Amino acid sequence: MSEMRRVTAICNGTVIDHIPAGHALQVIRMLRIDTNRSNPVSLVMNVPSDKLGRKDVLKIEDLELSQEELDRLALISPHASVAIIRNYGVAEKRVVELADELVNVASCTFSNCITQNSREPLPQKLRVVSREPMEVRCYYCGRGQDLDEIVENIL
Amino acid sequence: MSDVVTMDDLTNKEIVSILDDAERLVPVAKGDVPLPLLEGKVLANMFFENSTRTRMSFEAAMKRLGGSVLNFTSVGTSVAKGETLFDTMQMVDGYADVAAIRHPQQGAAQYSADAVGIPILNAGDGAGNHPTQTMLDLFTIREAHGTLEGLNVVLVGDLRYGRTVHSLSHALVRFGATLTLVSPESLRMPEEIVSDLREHGADVTETVNLDAALPDADVIYMTRIQKERFPDDDEYSKVAGIYMLDSSDMASAKNGMIVMHPLPRVSELHPSLDSTENARYFQQAFNGVPTRMALLCRCLGVKVPKKVK
Repeated sequence: MSEMRRVTAICNGTVIDHIPAGHALQVIRMLRIDTNRSNPVSLVMNVPSDKLGRKDVLKIEDLELSQEELDRLALISPHASVAIIRNYGVAEKRVVELADELVNVASCTFSNCITQNSREPLPQKLRVVSREPMEVRCYYCGRGQDLDEIVENIL
Repeated sequence: MSDVVTMDDLTNKEIVSILDDAERLVPVAKGDVPLPLLEGKVLANMFFENSTRTRMSFEAAMKRLGGSVLNFTSVGTSVAKGETLFDTMQMVDGYADVAAIRHPQQGAAQYSADAVGIPILNAGDGAGNHPTQTMLDLFTIREAHGTLEGLNVVLVGDLRYGRTVHSLSHALVRFGATLTLVSPESLRMPEEIVSDLREHGADVTETVNLDAALPDADVIYMTRIQKERFPDDDEYSKVAGIYMLDSSDMASAKNGMIVMHPLPRVSELHPSLDSTENARYFQQAFNGVPTRMALLCRCLGVKVPKKVK
């Protein structure tokens, strides 16, 4: 059974396909859909996929993801396919690309890092040091974080 | 950029070239030969945290080369009034040609380097990096062994918070050193650093046993268990005094093995060791002067003459 039959098609919005199985909830948190928005969201988890074996799919109604949001998505799901839907049709396909540096996406966790000093006018900068498995390090202090920690420390 | 924030800012070739410059500058560092290479230049010594050797040797290095020094401490300045590091560094950008910065927070040196136009030398940021110390450590090792290649180096003590060993271990593996990391469980080298060292192909062993590591060592690098980095006295007293060396321990050492220490020491090096041929820590402290001279010249784009007379 394909996932299209599990959830109805959306009129306008974004479909994120090929999310690694079990990671859709992290994507929702990462995109701050759980706290900052009231868009209807349909979520399909652990469905069969030719490409990944199993995958998750998200359909977010009435929202077109921005480039900044796509960059966040890249952290969890660098191989996701993103389609912008308008009037029940695919209007655009967007490419998810993980940058080498993430600015103001997640904060450093180290209590003695200069970035913890809220009065200093500096951005949170994380360098991507490994993509599989995902590992980032603070540009300033070098403290590492894995994917679970990044999701915890999302800004 | 001519900043030196971490050892990654210097290639192996640059490291060797700076050490060669430093070697030629030794008579100048001792005051035997006048050489005003940095006349008219100003160094800002920005010390937001205590220091004896680093601050003084930077000052001696600049003055021996004919330059002058602005000394800053956070006590009695606008930092005490709440001025940000960013603002403080903007001011320094206008007052000096180069700055050495020590700060209790990790990443402060990188932040400063990004914030200003003048070259920044990291003189220690929290438990992060201390590359100018590493340069003088490498100088001391090369002086004793004639090479940096393929040595067996044992790093001992507080490897978790000790910034000198963080920078030094990175540099040593680039020259093919075998590293033995000796520390109590609670003060092991941070995981990120050990995994970086191994990724560079380094042969790294972690142990709590110093006695077993001693006989094969070319260099023993002792560090102080830093009381000020512990959250409470109980945690500190569990590990204080765990590693100590005295002159009798030198009997099992290889010929030519040297004992180093970034100083200050507490109890880890017994005074009986001071008069042995192995002890190099006071020489190491002096080496901070010619090494920092060479680093200041590099940052300011001044060439050290091939012959210093």
